[in-house]
Amino acid sequence: MSPANAALVRVTQVPGVRGSLLISATDGLVVAERLMDGIDGRAVAALAASLVQRLSRAAIGAGMRIPTFVHLRGNEGSVLAAPGQNDLVLVALTGLDANLGLARLEMLDAVGRLN
Amino acid sequence: MSDDIRGLTARLAEEPSSLAFLELGEALRRRGQLEAAYKVARGGLSRYPDLADAHDLLAHILGDQGDLAGAFDAWVEALRVDPMRTSALKGIGFLYFRAGDVAAAREHLQRAADIDPDDAAITQALARMSEAGRARASASPAGQGIPVVAPQEAAAEASGDNTDHGLLLVDGNGLRLSGHLRSGSLGDVGDRVAAELAGVSKEASRTTRLLGLGTWQTIAVESPEANLFLLAPTPDTVLLTIRETSLPMARLGLIAERAARDARAWLGHQE
Repeated sequence: MSPANAALVRVTQVPGVRGSLLISATDGLVVAERLMDGIDGRAVAALAASLVQRLSRAAIGAGMRIPTFVHLRGNEGSVLAAPGQNDLVLVALTGLDANLGLARLEMLDAVGRLN
Repeated sequence: MSDDIRGLTARLAEEPSSLAFLELGEALRRRGQLEAAYKVARGGLSRYPDLADAHDLLAHILGDQGDLAGAFDAWVEALRVDPMRTSALKGIGFLYFRAGDVAAAREHLQRAADIDPDDAAITQALARMSEAGRARASASPAGQGIPVVAPQEAAAEASGDNTDHGLLLVDGNGLRLSGHLRSGSLGDVGDRVAAELAGVSKEASRTTRLLGLGTWQTIAVESPEANLFLLAPTPDTVLLTIRETSLPMARLGLIAERAARDARAWLGHQE
Protein backbone atom coordinates (compact mmCIF):
# COMPACT_ATOMS: atom_id res chain seq x y z
CA MET A 1 0.00 0.00 0.00
CA SER A 2 1.35 3.44 -0.93
CA PRO A 3 1.96 6.03 1.83
CA ALA A 4 -0.90 8.09 0.43
CA ASN A 5 -3.37 5.22 0.59
CA ALA A 6 -2.15 4.25 4.04
CA ALA A 7 -2.88 7.79 5.21
CA LEU A 8 -6.39 7.67 3.76
CA VAL A 9 -7.12 4.32 5.40
CA ARG A 10 -6.12 5.63 8.82
CA VAL A 11 -8.31 8.69 8.51
CA THR A 12 -11.37 6.87 7.19
CA GLN A 13 -11.21 4.41 10.10
CA VAL A 14 -12.09 7.23 12.50
CA PRO A 15 -15.77 6.97 13.51
CA GLY A 16 -17.99 9.38 11.62
CA VAL A 17 -15.55 10.05 8.76
CA ARG A 18 -17.33 9.55 5.42
CA GLY A 19 -14.23 9.69 3.33
CA SER A 20 -10.83 11.24 2.80
CA LEU A 21 -8.78 12.47 -0.10
CA LEU A 22 -5.33 13.65 -0.91
CA ILE A 23 -5.53 16.63 -3.21
CA SER A 24 -3.31 19.11 -4.92
CA ALA A 25 -3.74 22.53 -3.31
CA THR A 26 -3.01 24.67 -6.35
CA ASP A 27 -5.19 22.99 -8.96
CA GLY A 28 -7.71 21.18 -6.76
CA LEU A 29 -7.17 17.78 -8.40
CA VAL A 30 -7.56 14.43 -6.66
CA VAL A 31 -4.28 12.58 -6.01
CA ALA A 32 -5.84 9.67 -4.09
CA GLU A 33 -9.26 9.11 -2.53
CA ARG A 34 -11.18 6.79 -0.26
CA LEU A 35 -14.81 7.89 -0.18
CA MET A 36 -18.21 6.48 0.65
CA ASP A 37 -20.52 5.91 -2.32
CA GLY A 38 -22.27 9.02 -3.55
CA ILE A 39 -19.55 11.49 -2.64
CA ASP A 40 -18.05 13.27 -5.62
CA GLY A 41 -14.32 13.34 -4.99
CA ARG A 42 -13.63 15.92 -7.68
CA ALA A 43 -16.12 18.36 -6.18
CA VAL A 44 -14.70 17.88 -2.69
CA ALA A 45 -11.16 18.40 -3.99
CA ALA A 46 -11.98 21.54 -5.92
CA LEU A 47 -13.98 23.13 -3.11
CA ALA A 48 -11.55 22.21 -0.34
CA ALA A 49 -8.56 23.45 -2.33
CA SER A 50 -10.24 26.74 -3.05
CA LEU A 51 -11.22 27.23 0.59
CA VAL A 52 -7.75 26.39 1.86
CA GLN A 53 -6.21 28.81 -0.62
CA ARG A 54 -8.55 31.59 0.49
CA LEU A 55 -7.80 30.95 4.14
CA SER A 56 -4.08 30.81 3.42
CA ARG A 57 -4.28 34.23 1.78
CA ALA A 58 -6.17 35.62 4.79
CA ALA A 59 -3.61 34.13 7.17
CA ILE A 60 -0.71 35.50 5.17
CA GLY A 61 -2.46 38.87 5.08
CA ALA A 62 -2.52 38.74 8.86
CA GLY A 63 1.24 38.14 8.91
CA MET A 64 1.07 34.40 9.52
CA ARG A 65 2.24 31.33 7.69
CA ILE A 66 -0.17 29.03 5.83
CA PRO A 67 -2.57 27.08 8.06
CA THR A 68 -1.65 23.68 9.41
CA PHE A 69 -5.26 22.61 9.94
CA VAL A 70 -8.68 23.85 8.85
CA HIS A 71 -12.09 22.80 10.13
CA LEU A 72 -15.15 24.06 8.26
CA ARG A 73 -18.26 23.15 10.23
CA GLY A 74 -21.66 23.05 8.59
CA ASN A 75 -24.87 22.26 10.45
CA GLU A 76 -24.91 18.80 8.89
CA GLY A 77 -21.23 17.87 8.90
CA SER A 78 -17.69 19.10 8.49
CA VAL A 79 -14.80 19.39 6.09
CA LEU A 80 -11.35 18.95 7.63
CA ALA A 81 -8.17 19.85 5.78
CA ALA A 82 -4.53 19.41 6.73
CA PRO A 83 -2.16 21.14 4.29
CA GLY A 84 1.20 19.45 4.00
CA GLN A 85 4.34 19.97 2.02
CA ASN A 86 4.70 19.51 -1.75
CA ASP A 87 1.39 21.24 -2.40
CA LEU A 88 -0.63 18.35 -0.95
CA VAL A 89 -3.67 18.68 1.30
CA LEU A 90 -5.27 15.81 3.19
CA VAL A 91 -9.02 16.33 3.30
CA ALA A 92 -11.75 14.51 5.22
CA LEU A 93 -15.53 14.70 5.15
CA THR A 94 -17.35 13.94 8.39
CA GLY A 95 -20.86 13.62 9.73
CA LEU A 96 -22.17 15.35 12.83
CA ASP A 97 -21.34 12.34 15.01
CA ALA A 98 -17.67 12.16 14.05
CA ASN A 99 -14.88 12.06 16.57
CA LEU A 100 -13.33 15.29 15.32
CA GLY A 101 -10.52 15.30 17.85
CA LEU A 102 -9.33 11.87 16.76
CA ALA A 103 -9.77 12.71 13.08
CA ARG A 104 -7.62 15.83 13.53
CA LEU A 105 -4.85 13.89 15.25
CA GLU A 106 -4.86 11.16 12.62
CA MET A 107 -4.80 13.68 9.80
CA LEU A 108 -1.94 15.71 11.27
CA ASP A 109 0.02 12.55 11.88
CA ALA A 110 -0.72 11.18 8.43
CA VAL A 111 0.18 14.37 6.61
CA GLY A 112 3.37 14.59 8.67
CA ARG A 113 4.35 11.11 7.44
CA LEU A 114 3.71 12.14 3.86
CA ASN A 115 6.02 15.16 4.08
CA MET B 1 -21.81 74.78 44.14
CA SER B 2 -18.98 75.35 41.67
CA ASP B 3 -19.44 77.43 38.55
CA ASP B 4 -19.17 74.54 36.15
CA ILE B 5 -21.79 72.51 37.97
CA ARG B 6 -24.05 75.55 38.23
CA GLY B 7 -23.65 76.17 34.51
CA LEU B 8 -24.35 72.58 33.56
CA THR B 9 -27.36 72.45 35.89
CA ALA B 10 -28.76 75.57 34.25
CA ARG B 11 -28.14 74.15 30.79
CA LEU B 12 -29.95 70.95 31.67
CA ALA B 13 -32.85 72.87 33.19
CA GLU B 14 -33.23 74.91 30.02
CA GLU B 15 -32.99 71.91 27.77
CA PRO B 16 -33.85 68.72 29.65
CA SER B 17 -33.41 66.58 26.55
CA SER B 18 -29.80 67.66 26.02
CA LEU B 19 -26.84 65.42 26.74
CA ALA B 20 -25.55 67.90 29.33
CA PHE B 21 -26.48 65.35 31.99
CA LEU B 22 -23.39 63.37 31.02
CA GLU B 23 -21.05 66.23 31.84
CA LEU B 24 -23.03 67.21 34.92
CA GLY B 25 -23.12 63.68 36.29
CA GLU B 26 -19.39 63.26 35.73
CA ALA B 27 -18.62 66.64 37.32
CA LEU B 28 -20.69 65.72 40.38
CA ARG B 29 -19.04 62.33 40.60
CA ARG B 30 -15.58 63.85 40.49
CA ARG B 31 -16.56 66.21 43.31
CA GLY B 32 -17.75 63.25 45.36
CA GLN B 33 -21.42 64.26 45.22
CA LEU B 34 -22.39 60.72 44.37
CA GLU B 35 -26.06 60.80 45.30
CA ALA B 36 -26.63 63.88 43.13
CA ALA B 37 -24.56 62.34 40.33
CA TYR B 38 -26.64 59.15 40.57
CA LYS B 39 -29.91 61.09 40.21
CA VAL B 40 -28.60 62.98 37.20
CA ALA B 41 -27.40 59.79 35.51
CA ARG B 42 -30.69 58.00 36.20
CA GLY B 43 -32.62 60.95 34.81
CA GLY B 44 -30.53 60.92 31.66
CA LEU B 45 -30.92 57.17 31.24
CA SER B 46 -34.69 57.48 31.44
CA ARG B 47 -34.47 59.67 28.33
CA TYR B 48 -31.65 57.80 26.61
CA PRO B 49 -31.86 54.12 27.61
CA ASP B 50 -29.72 53.11 24.64
CA LEU B 51 -26.89 55.55 25.20
CA ALA B 52 -23.75 53.64 26.15
CA ASP B 53 -22.18 56.80 27.61
CA ALA B 54 -25.02 57.05 30.11
CA HIS B 55 -24.64 53.44 31.25
CA ASP B 56 -20.91 53.98 31.50
CA LEU B 57 -21.42 57.05 33.67
CA LEU B 58 -23.85 55.19 35.91
CA ALA B 59 -21.38 52.31 36.27
CA HIS B 60 -18.64 54.68 37.42
CA ILE B 61 -20.96 56.33 39.95
CA LEU B 62 -22.16 52.99 41.32
CA GLY B 63 -18.57 51.80 41.53
CA ASP B 64 -17.65 54.87 43.55
CA GLN B 65 -20.63 54.19 45.80
CA GLY B 66 -19.35 50.69 46.43
CA ASP B 67 -22.19 49.02 44.56
CA LEU B 68 -19.94 46.77 42.46
CA ALA B 69 -22.73 44.47 41.34
CA GLY B 70 -24.69 47.49 40.12
CA ALA B 71 -21.61 48.82 38.35
CA PHE B 72 -21.09 45.43 36.69
CA ASP B 73 -24.68 45.37 35.43
CA ALA B 74 -24.41 48.93 34.12
CA TRP B 75 -21.24 48.10 32.17
CA VAL B 76 -22.86 44.96 30.78
CA GLU B 77 -25.70 47.18 29.60
CA ALA B 78 -23.19 49.58 28.02
CA LEU B 79 -21.67 46.63 26.16
CA ARG B 80 -25.08 45.50 25.00
CA VAL B 81 -25.51 48.87 23.34
CA ASP B 82 -21.93 49.14 22.12
CA PRO B 83 -19.97 45.84 22.15
CA MET B 84 -16.76 47.65 21.23
CA ARG B 85 -16.87 50.01 24.21
CA THR B 86 -13.46 49.62 25.79
CA SER B 87 -14.24 51.57 28.95
CA ALA B 88 -16.92 49.01 29.82
CA LEU B 89 -14.61 46.10 29.02
CA LYS B 90 -11.93 47.67 31.23
CA GLY B 91 -14.44 48.25 34.01
CA ILE B 92 -15.72 44.68 33.91
CA GLY B 93 -12.15 43.41 33.72
CA PHE B 94 -11.30 45.40 36.80
CA LEU B 95 -14.29 44.03 38.69
CA TYR B 96 -13.42 40.47 37.74
CA PHE B 97 -9.89 41.07 38.93
CA ARG B 98 -11.15 42.38 42.24
CA ALA B 99 -13.31 39.29 42.55
CA GLY B 100 -10.27 37.09 41.97
CA ASP B 101 -11.31 35.80 38.53
CA VAL B 102 -8.06 36.60 36.74
CA ALA B 103 -8.93 34.59 33.62
CA ALA B 104 -12.15 36.52 33.05
CA ALA B 105 -10.38 39.79 33.83
CA ARG B 106 -7.69 39.05 31.28
CA GLU B 107 -10.26 38.04 28.71
CA HIS B 108 -12.11 41.35 28.99
CA LEU B 109 -8.95 43.41 28.99
CA GLN B 110 -7.66 41.48 26.01
CA ARG B 111 -10.88 42.23 24.14
CA ALA B 112 -10.41 45.89 24.98
CA ALA B 113 -6.81 45.70 23.75
CA ASP B 114 -7.94 44.02 20.54
CA ILE B 115 -10.38 46.84 19.90
CA ASP B 116 -8.02 49.65 20.87
CA PRO B 117 -4.43 48.44 20.66
CA ASP B 118 -3.16 51.99 21.06
CA ASP B 119 -4.58 52.37 24.56
CA ALA B 120 -1.43 52.06 26.64
CA ALA B 121 -3.42 51.78 29.87
CA ILE B 122 -4.92 48.49 28.73
CA THR B 123 -1.62 46.86 27.77
CA GLN B 124 -0.10 48.15 30.97
CA ALA B 125 -2.97 46.68 32.96
CA LEU B 126 -2.54 43.34 31.19
CA ALA B 127 1.15 43.37 32.00
CA ARG B 128 0.48 44.21 35.63
CA MET B 129 -2.11 41.47 35.75
CA SER B 130 0.44 38.96 34.47
CA GLU B 131 2.89 40.10 37.13
CA ALA B 132 0.23 39.81 39.82
CA GLY B 133 -0.71 36.37 38.52
CA ARG B 134 2.91 35.21 38.72
CA ALA B 135 3.27 36.65 42.20
CA ARG B 136 0.08 34.94 43.23
CA ALA B 137 1.23 31.63 41.81
CA SER B 138 4.48 31.81 43.73
CA ALA B 139 2.89 33.02 46.98
CA SER B 140 2.97 30.36 49.66
CA PRO B 141 -0.20 30.43 51.73
CA ALA B 142 -3.42 29.60 49.99
CA GLY B 143 -6.12 32.21 50.21
CA GLN B 144 -3.77 35.15 50.19
CA GLY B 145 -5.58 38.17 48.78
CA ILE B 146 -5.00 39.21 45.21
CA PRO B 147 -3.65 42.71 44.91
CA VAL B 148 -6.28 45.06 43.58
CA VAL B 149 -4.98 46.78 40.49
CA ALA B 150 -7.16 49.19 38.56
CA PRO B 151 -6.38 49.01 34.86
CA GLN B 152 -6.05 52.76 34.69
CA GLU B 153 -3.54 52.76 37.52
CA ALA B 154 -1.35 49.97 36.27
CA ALA B 155 2.12 50.89 35.12
CA ALA B 156 4.42 48.47 33.37
CA GLU B 157 5.92 47.90 29.98
CA ALA B 158 3.58 46.71 27.29
CA SER B 159 3.69 43.01 26.72
CA GLY B 160 4.49 42.17 23.13
CA ASP B 161 3.06 38.67 22.93
CA ASN B 162 -0.43 39.70 21.91
CA THR B 163 0.30 42.30 19.28
CA ASP B 164 -0.73 40.19 16.32
CA HIS B 165 -4.04 39.03 17.79
CA GLY B 166 -7.34 40.74 17.24
CA LEU B 167 -11.01 40.82 16.53
CA LEU B 168 -12.43 41.90 13.21
CA LEU B 169 -16.01 42.33 12.04
CA VAL B 170 -16.34 42.43 8.26
CA ASP B 171 -19.29 43.04 5.94
CA GLY B 172 -20.25 40.96 2.91
CA ASN B 173 -18.19 43.17 0.62
CA GLY B 174 -14.96 42.68 2.50
CA LEU B 175 -15.05 46.01 4.29
CA ARG B 176 -14.15 46.37 7.94
CA LEU B 177 -17.12 47.24 10.15
CA SER B 178 -15.25 47.23 13.44
CA GLY B 179 -12.22 45.93 15.26
CA HIS B 180 -8.48 45.81 14.66
CA LEU B 181 -5.91 43.32 13.56
CA ARG B 182 -2.30 44.11 14.17
CA SER B 183 0.67 42.16 12.94
CA GLY B 184 4.14 43.04 14.19
CA SER B 185 5.97 45.15 11.66
CA LEU B 186 3.00 45.19 9.26
CA GLY B 187 0.94 47.30 11.66
CA ASP B 188 -2.84 47.25 11.26
CA VAL B 189 -3.67 44.61 8.65
CA GLY B 190 -7.43 44.72 9.31
CA ASP B 191 -8.46 46.08 5.92
CA ARG B 192 -6.26 43.64 4.04
CA VAL B 193 -7.61 40.63 5.92
CA ALA B 194 -11.17 41.95 5.70
CA ALA B 195 -10.90 41.97 1.93
CA GLU B 196 -9.96 38.28 1.94
CA LEU B 197 -12.65 37.29 4.42
CA ALA B 198 -15.55 38.20 2.14
CA GLY B 199 -14.27 35.58 -0.28
CA VAL B 200 -13.82 33.06 2.52
CA SER B 201 -17.44 33.39 3.57
CA LYS B 202 -18.69 32.84 0.02
CA GLU B 203 -16.34 29.91 -0.42
CA ALA B 204 -17.50 28.32 2.83
CA SER B 205 -21.16 28.74 1.87
CA ARG B 206 -20.55 27.16 -1.52
CA THR B 207 -18.57 24.27 -0.04
CA THR B 208 -21.06 23.25 2.64
CA ARG B 209 -24.00 23.64 0.27
CA LEU B 210 -22.54 21.62 -2.58
CA LEU B 211 -21.20 18.89 -0.30
CA GLY B 212 -24.53 18.46 1.50
CA LEU B 213 -23.20 19.78 4.80
CA GLY B 214 -25.94 22.38 5.25
CA THR B 215 -25.16 25.95 6.18
CA TRP B 216 -21.66 26.89 7.24
CA GLN B 217 -21.39 27.63 10.93
CA THR B 218 -17.75 28.15 11.82
CA ILE B 219 -14.25 27.84 10.45
CA ALA B 220 -11.41 27.03 12.81
CA VAL B 221 -7.92 27.59 11.40
CA GLU B 222 -4.69 26.54 13.07
CA SER B 223 -1.49 28.22 12.02
CA PRO B 224 1.98 28.06 13.58
CA GLU B 225 1.64 31.61 14.91
CA ALA B 226 -1.97 31.74 16.13
CA ASN B 227 -5.41 30.19 15.99
CA LEU B 228 -8.14 31.87 13.98
CA PHE B 229 -11.88 31.39 14.41
CA LEU B 230 -14.44 32.61 11.92
CA LEU B 231 -18.19 32.72 12.15
CA ALA B 232 -21.03 34.71 10.71
CA PRO B 233 -22.91 36.79 13.32
CA THR B 234 -25.44 37.62 10.58
CA PRO B 235 -25.82 36.33 7.01
CA ASP B 236 -23.98 39.38 5.69
CA THR B 237 -21.10 39.63 8.13
CA VAL B 238 -18.06 37.63 9.24
CA LEU B 239 -16.34 37.85 12.58
CA LEU B 240 -12.71 36.83 12.90
CA THR B 241 -11.18 36.17 16.31
CA ILE B 242 -7.47 35.43 16.69
CA ARG B 243 -5.71 34.17 19.80
CA GLU B 244 -2.39 32.62 20.62
CA THR B 245 -2.02 28.89 20.00
CA SER B 246 -1.88 28.10 23.71
CA LEU B 247 -5.60 28.82 23.96
CA PRO B 248 -7.50 25.62 23.10
CA MET B 249 -9.50 25.93 19.90
CA ALA B 250 -12.75 24.91 21.60
CA ARG B 251 -12.31 27.73 24.10
CA LEU B 252 -11.51 30.16 21.32
CA GLY B 253 -14.78 29.05 19.78
CA LEU B 254 -16.66 29.98 22.94
CA ILE B 255 -15.00 33.39 23.00
CA ALA B 256 -15.87 33.90 19.36
CA GLU B 257 -19.50 32.87 19.94
CA ARG B 258 -19.79 35.42 22.71
CA ALA B 259 -18.22 38.11 20.54
CA ALA B 260 -20.69 37.18 17.80
CA ARG B 261 -23.62 37.68 20.19
CA ASP B 262 -22.26 41.11 21.07
CA ALA B 263 -21.74 41.89 17.40
CA ARG B 264 -25.33 40.89 16.59
CA ALA B 265 -26.63 43.23 19.28
CA TRP B 266 -24.37 46.01 18.05
CA LEU B 267 -25.40 45.50 14.44
CA GLY B 268 -29.04 45.59 15.50
CA HIS B 269 -28.49 49.00 17.05
CA GLN B 270 -26.84 50.35 13.92
CA GLU B 271 -29.93 49.66 11.79
